[in-house]
Amino acid sequence: MSITQRPAPPAGAPDTDDASGRGAAFTSPEASGPPTVVEPLIFDRSRPGRRAVRFPGPSPAARRAGEDQPAIPAKALRHDQPRLPEVSELELLRHFNRLSHLNHAIDLGFYPLGSCTMKYNPKVNEWAASLPGLAASHPLDPAELSQGSLELQWLLAELLREVSGMAAVSLQPAAGAHGELTGMLMTRAYHRSRGEGEHRTKVLVPDSAHGTNPATASMVGYQTVTIRSNERGGIDLAALRAALGPDTAALMITNPSTLGIFEDQIDQVVASVHEVGAIAYMDGANLNAILGRFRPGDAGFDVVHINLHKTFSTPHGGGGPGAGPVAVSERLAPFLPAPLPLIVAGDPDEVRANAWAGRSTPGARFALEEQDARATAIGQVRAFAGNFGMHVRAYTYIRSNGADGLREISDDAVLAANYLRVRLADAYDLPYDRICKHEVVFSGRRQKHEHGVTTLDIAKAILDHGIHPPTIYFPLIVEEALMIEPTETESLETLDRFVNVMHEIAETAAEDPGALKAAPLTTPVGRLDEAGAARHPDLRYGFGNRDDAQG
Amino acid sequence: MSYSPHTTADRAAMLAAVGVDSVEALFADIPATVTPRSFAIPAPLTEQEVRGELIRLADRNRVPEVSFLGAGAYRHLVPAVVSEVIGRSEFATAYTPYQPEVSQGTLQSIYEFQSLVCELTGMEVASASHYDGATATAEAALMACRLTRRDRVAISTAVHPQVRRVVETYCSGPGIDVVEVPADLAEGGSGLTPVEAVERLVDGSVACLIAAQPNVFGGIEPMAVFADAVHASGALLVAMVEPTSLAILAAPGTYGADIVTAEGQPLGIPLSFGGPYVGLMAARMASVRQMPGRLVGATRDHAGRKGYVLTLQAREQHIRREKAASNICTNQALCALAAATYLCAVGPEGLREVADLSATQARHLAAAIETAGLGERRFAAPYFAEVAVRVPDAARRHAALAGEGIVAGLVLDTIYPELHDCLLLAATELTTDQDIARLVAGLEATR
Amino acid sequence: MSYPEGLHYTKEHEWVRVEGSTATIGITSFAADELGDIVFVELPEVGGSLTQYAGFGVVESVKAVSDLFAPVSGTVTKVNERLRDEPELLNSDAFGDGWIATVELADAAELDDLLDAEAYTQLTS
Repeated sequence: MSITQRPAPPAGAPDTDDASGRGAAFTSPEASGPPTVVEPLIFDRSRPGRRAVRFPGPSPAARRAGEDQPAIPAKALRHDQPRLPEVSELELLRHFNRLSHLNHAIDLGFYPLGSCTMKYNPKVNEWAASLPGLAASHPLDPAELSQGSLELQWLLAELLREVSGMAAVSLQPAAGAHGELTGMLMTRAYHRSRGEGEHRTKVLVPDSAHGTNPATASMVGYQTVTIRSNERGGIDLAALRAALGPDTAALMITNPSTLGIFEDQIDQVVASVHEVGAIAYMDGANLNAILGRFRPGDAGFDVVHINLHKTFSTPHGGGGPGAGPVAVSERLAPFLPAPLPLIVAGDPDEVRANAWAGRSTPGARFALEEQDARATAIGQVRAFAGNFGMHVRAYTYIRSNGADGLREISDDAVLAANYLRVRLADAYDLPYDRICKHEVVFSGRRQKHEHGVTTLDIAKAILDHGIHPPTIYFPLIVEEALMIEPTETESLETLDRFVNVMHEIAETAAEDPGALKAAPLTTPVGRLDEAGAARHPDLRYGFGNRDDAQG
Repeated sequence: MSYSPHTTADRAAMLAAVGVDSVEALFADIPATVTPRSFAIPAPLTEQEVRGELIRLADRNRVPEVSFLGAGAYRHLVPAVVSEVIGRSEFATAYTPYQPEVSQGTLQSIYEFQSLVCELTGMEVASASHYDGATATAEAALMACRLTRRDRVAISTAVHPQVRRVVETYCSGPGIDVVEVPADLAEGGSGLTPVEAVERLVDGSVACLIAAQPNVFGGIEPMAVFADAVHASGALLVAMVEPTSLAILAAPGTYGADIVTAEGQPLGIPLSFGGPYVGLMAARMASVRQMPGRLVGATRDHAGRKGYVLTLQAREQHIRREKAASNICTNQALCALAAATYLCAVGPEGLREVADLSATQARHLAAAIETAGLGERRFAAPYFAEVAVRVPDAARRHAALAGEGIVAGLVLDTIYPELHDCLLLAATELTTDQDIARLVAGLEATR
Repeated sequence: MSYPEGLHYTKEHEWVRVEGSTATIGITSFAADELGDIVFVELPEVGGSLTQYAGFGVVESVKAVSDLFAPVSGTVTKVNERLRDEPELLNSDAFGDGWIATVELADAAELDDLLDAEAYTQLTS
């Protein structure tokens, strides 16, 4: 079915059963003849002389005033003009609006990607981040001009300390993987400070680990050792203990695991790690399952990273920006990246209590740590103070929810995932048939072995129902994995509709596998040639060869 | 409370289906030994209450009326159309485009972003973004080490100290040495990186030289000369550039840069106390397999329609795991979209106007201070839109002016202890003649 | 599934065809199938030396990456330049046009350590 034939909802009629989940049917205005281009590149809309935004010129007095300043040498100057598109503001806006129509998004439909926590991104968070007082705050402004920014960061750090049960927090890392890098650099600094840096060369990760864990370990010069999971979906404690030794720098473990299962031996896991003098790192990607139920600090973890763009609702943005603050125990606190926002005047307890009651504390003052104040700091992992705009959003979110709201998040996220678990267990294999937390992992192996329908085919078929597929082929230890994370913000009707869609696909897999292999049919493009894209990379607009400008 | 839609009836229905009496049963596998010791989070706030709290914090900031502060983050116009585009929730609430059929909006906009970065920098391939300019530069250093199989990098001390610190932190991971190439900060000196220092320090053991254009003092470095010097020892040139300057300064691809990085914040991204920003990285096609970060490529679907996909994913953590070039996963996609929209909104003429006005006002500013006898330029070299000016008793006067809503740039000895009594002053297209007059009057009044 | 007789195989799914003192090496169709559509091959350098069982290159598909392990030691005399533009030959003709490199054998006795077609068939079933 080509793009121009996709059915549009009847004019004026509300689409109560939104099959596309993507709003108004999209048709490309260039669709005369076979439609091969959904939306032309912005470069193809460029016409010489068009402008959107203009700027004033310098005053003649300004030019004259500076004319005796040293001139930039000719050989340092650009002698051509970058071929940026020349478009009007309306054309620019239409282009990006039409592109946006090609996306599925949380704000349009269900997005049960396991491990990503695609919950609703509250708009009051956006309002907060664009408050001029916060949005126009320069990171190097004198501290007395930035008391609001600094207090917000200090308060958010306090809230994350309490959520995690840890001793200290750095908000500097810009993403979860960045937080992992920070945590592992601190781990190494810790071991070196005790004269053990040389022989602690290994990082242990479960076989269900997210790829960023071993990638991070490598970036810090560690060798990764993989520990198998047991038949209940937890880390195999005996295998872990056998692998732990004086050469272990750390264990990096996700809890709940990437199978959505809580490590019910977590206290023994951490104790075993500490027994050999290693660091216990918790990947906090799955925090949405355990707010108010489990705090890594209480279990003895030394470091945890928190994904603000997952648990704390900051928008995913098509791939960021996120934020990955790290929370650490006392023994790692000296190594946090610098500079930290500090309270330099005023009683912290009073400041906190006032802030929770909506008041400022007279005489309270905040400042950034002096850059070289802490010789033990691992350095700096990004410029300035971190992704402050995401800090604002997360702070707004946590204050909106409060303690009861945070607990409710986990209660409802876990209930929803278990609901899907029981309702889909008849149609798909469930490798770990036990209570899960906020996500559940199915296997499409029955469909593959009996009907030749892969999890990829299932995912593509889901697209035709206006739902984003779950995460597929992860974790690696489950054959044809299908990882479903509904989150707490989806209604029961949405969950039931998803269940019906998944049942229908399972039936179609048995009765008409070819139909699934042809999917998706109602999306702006069908299955794409990924092999061709990798074999013959076309990674930028080719100005010279636009014989296919319209297709 | 939370944004959960579930009513008591909904929960009861789900509990019944799951076969448990209460949600507590779903958490029974958490060992009692790790029950939370406390959960002292404050009570929930309604929307109007939380707005009040955020206003309280925003009001505790003082946005200066006049600011000449740059030093890595710049006050530029964020056109309304840019905010409009990144405010579209189809962009903002979408995930990483792993299912390309329903992510063509994100994917095509990244392809356009990659193309725009290549155009600006004169390079052949650009990644989909890094966390910021500093981390992009750090990743470029690691990439240069992989490409040359050397384990040492050189960096000019005229590169921003925070960037240098991030490079050092990243290099400490795999144990890569960082060698500083000292800039000429002497009295009456150029404020640039001396070529003889580059030639001396970038030998056959060094993977790359990292130099900034313009450098932290706004100075224009002889980048082409650096390229020749480092290439002679088989090393690479990593050029960290300021993106608006590329309207009038030579594109790094034309002077022999091997990898180009930049802080993209000046391209339509608000200051926001330091983030989120966006790191740009570009390189030659021959190095693409060693390049970290996501890449979007063009292809076709089975019906012949043009489409876009994440490609060359075998470089990345989700496939390569411990052998990945980098661990980067989430990047700064929405900020990259802002930068792309900005570049399309201003166009080549607009970017030139921004660069021209910024540079003109910087020269105007320096001249006005010199003419009024309030100070003189600290360095002799030509500069782009930022300039270091020696002003007696700079720290005291800066503090006094800040109290009146005028931020007179950055007191330089906070980041270069040897540069006493200097202010680093930046101008942008938002700097008006009145702003400059106010600064001059303020400096006069605080003599 | 049967694999060509007369070739030697490794547990890591490489094959080697010996003619006199020259060995031609590649990856098996089993490996190519596991990888999926192959998009890139990192070829060894002509003149470089290989050590039996040591890594000497990389094969990439859209969804996976695999190291190549040398089935025998020796000096690389030729590499299959066609693979630079047509890596898909590994999928379509793993034992023929998809050959990766030829090597001047250092020690023929190393072949005794490898599997024959029957043993390899058993390994992969």
